[in-house]
Amino acid sequence: MTDTARRKAYGVKGAPYAHPSPTTTLKRARSAPYFFLLPAGVLFALFFALPIGYAIWLSFRKVQVSGLGLGSGARKEVWAGLRNYTDALSDSELLNGALRVLGYGCIVVPVMLGLALLFALMLDSEKVRLAPFTRLAIFLPYAIPGVVAALLWGFLYLPDVSPFYFVLDKLGLPQPDLLDGGPLYLALSNIAVWGGTGFNMIVIYTSLQAIPAEVYEAAKLDGATPLQIALRIKIPMVAPSLVLTFFFSIIATLQVFSEPTTLKPLTNSVSTTWSPLMKVYRDAFGEGDIYAAAAQAVIIALATLVLSFGFLRAVNRRDKQEATR
Amino acid sequence: MSSLAVRKAAPAAGTTPGTAQGPPLRRRIALVPTVTLLLGALYCLLPVAWVVVASTKSGSELFSTFTFLPGTGLADNLTDLNAYRDGVYWQWMGNSALYAGLGALLSTAVSSVSGYALATYRFRGREAIFNVLLAGVLMPPVILAVPQYLLLAEADLTDSYLSVLLPQILSPYGVYLSRIYAAAAVPADVVEAARMDGANEWRIFTRIALPMMIPGLVTVFLFQFVAVWNNFLLPYIMLSDDEKFPITLGLHTLLEQGANTPALYTLVITGAFLAVLPLVALFLVVQRFWSLDLLSGAVKS
Repeated sequence: MTDTARRKAYGVKGAPYAHPSPTTTLKRARSAPYFFLLPAGVLFALFFALPIGYAIWLSFRKVQVSGLGLGSGARKEVWAGLRNYTDALSDSELLNGALRVLGYGCIVVPVMLGLALLFALMLDSEKVRLAPFTRLAIFLPYAIPGVVAALLWGFLYLPDVSPFYFVLDKLGLPQPDLLDGGPLYLALSNIAVWGGTGFNMIVIYTSLQAIPAEVYEAAKLDGATPLQIALRIKIPMVAPSLVLTFFFSIIATLQVFSEPTTLKPLTNSVSTTWSPLMKVYRDAFGEGDIYAAAAQAVIIALATLVLSFGFLRAVNRRDKQEATR
Repeated sequence: MSSLAVRKAAPAAGTTPGTAQGPPLRRRIALVPTVTLLLGALYCLLPVAWVVVASTKSGSELFSTFTFLPGTGLADNLTDLNAYRDGVYWQWMGNSALYAGLGALLSTAVSSVSGYALATYRFRGREAIFNVLLAGVLMPPVILAVPQYLLLAEADLTDSYLSVLLPQILSPYGVYLSRIYAAAAVPADVVEAARMDGANEWRIFTRIALPMMIPGLVTVFLFQFVAVWNNFLLPYIMLSDDEKFPITLGLHTLLEQGANTPALYTLVITGAFLAVLPLVALFLVVQRFWSLDLLSGAVKS
């Protein structure tokens, strides 16, 4: 390419002139990335860093009411020390919420990732029919908002509307109440599994596709069955994506909010403090105690960070051990 | 038929002894994955199929006829939904389109410049900036949303379109995807050559790098569009005027009222059916432009 042609292709206007000296290029390039990152930086400062800092500040504050709490000077904000934190940690409602989410997560994460892995392996197997259709169908729930998903399943859980109850009724089998007690966990977990399996399947399927075909050829020549190939070659090779999907699933589980909030009108068993985030919401906007809510939010954020980094460290340590073996 | 013939012919010409009894075995194995996937598809399509059928039922049919039997009330349901509070439903759909469309567009713009800068320049603090941005993914939305609400209240911005739009422009995941994609799609020597030719950094980005990044940016846009369209918590906290609600929040309030007035259930169901349509249509139309593999961070360069 001639110089002029290249300049034209890049959209450089004006007459050709001598190349700028390398030092000016370097200087310009040195400040350029910071300009490019400016919008992200401003947005991060305003909508991430500032709120986080403010939440931490609020978590150490409380309102002191003097006298009867009337008049403009009667309520003032004072330093509370760790009071909000000790209150939150000894709050049985918050603890129960955490336990409920733990139980919920113990169902959702293994079932969702197990199904995602299973479907990804099936999609990747030879001679499978209807793969494009089923792949799209299983991925489809990703496009449906959690609220709408909870709403659809909520109706499918209602005995008067549900096809499951219709079938159970015809067969003369007992009809469990899906929106109460133990089954409620299954009902809520099912919504998360339904919504999340497809996305995780795509992540795992993509890394399966990246495995070079020669690996399979070699295994087949050695007489490996498809099942052996799946267990001994495919699953170990997609371990990094399994770690990634596991990581995101834990974070999503800890933050469950919209599904139980949506099911709430359909049953009396979902309280306003069913999950820890729902309790934060209620304390902040229902009770108006933003200080307690801030302390709880900080605790949940810390728990998320500890869990996710703990998980990543555990995975890394195992990797290193295997590498040295 | 021809594929069957080929399969039958294959072992006849078989060269390896392992495949001597190939056809019956192979066909049985191919059956298991296909059936498993069909069951998965059935599970995933069931609620969608249900809402399509249920939206055709009148209020009395909903609770009395078999679930998957089409009803006769679709036209009435649509009329009712249209008439509900002077068509506030369509306002919600329009709001969602605005939040998701404009939000995803701005978000993609910010992600593309940031991702490009992080991928192509070597500068002091690059990894630190990237890691701080990524940590944003880990923040529970509530720890952000409660103080975001309080701060926006100080600025008198709560219960406005901006209160839902602004906090969603910066997407750490979008920046992450853009960085990966820019690193794979924009060759360093092309950037260097343009620089030698005297193009300024901004021009290099807009004229050279940006066109190369388009396929990845489509994915970032769609990802963010879905994220904003599906978001519930932020508008739930920020908005009180239901004329500004997105569809998720609108349907939620309808369902909440339906708990006391079961007549509203048919509205909720018809509304949910219509709300599912645009994103499903979007998915079907753009699936060929959308590199799903990018979502997992894998890029073929």
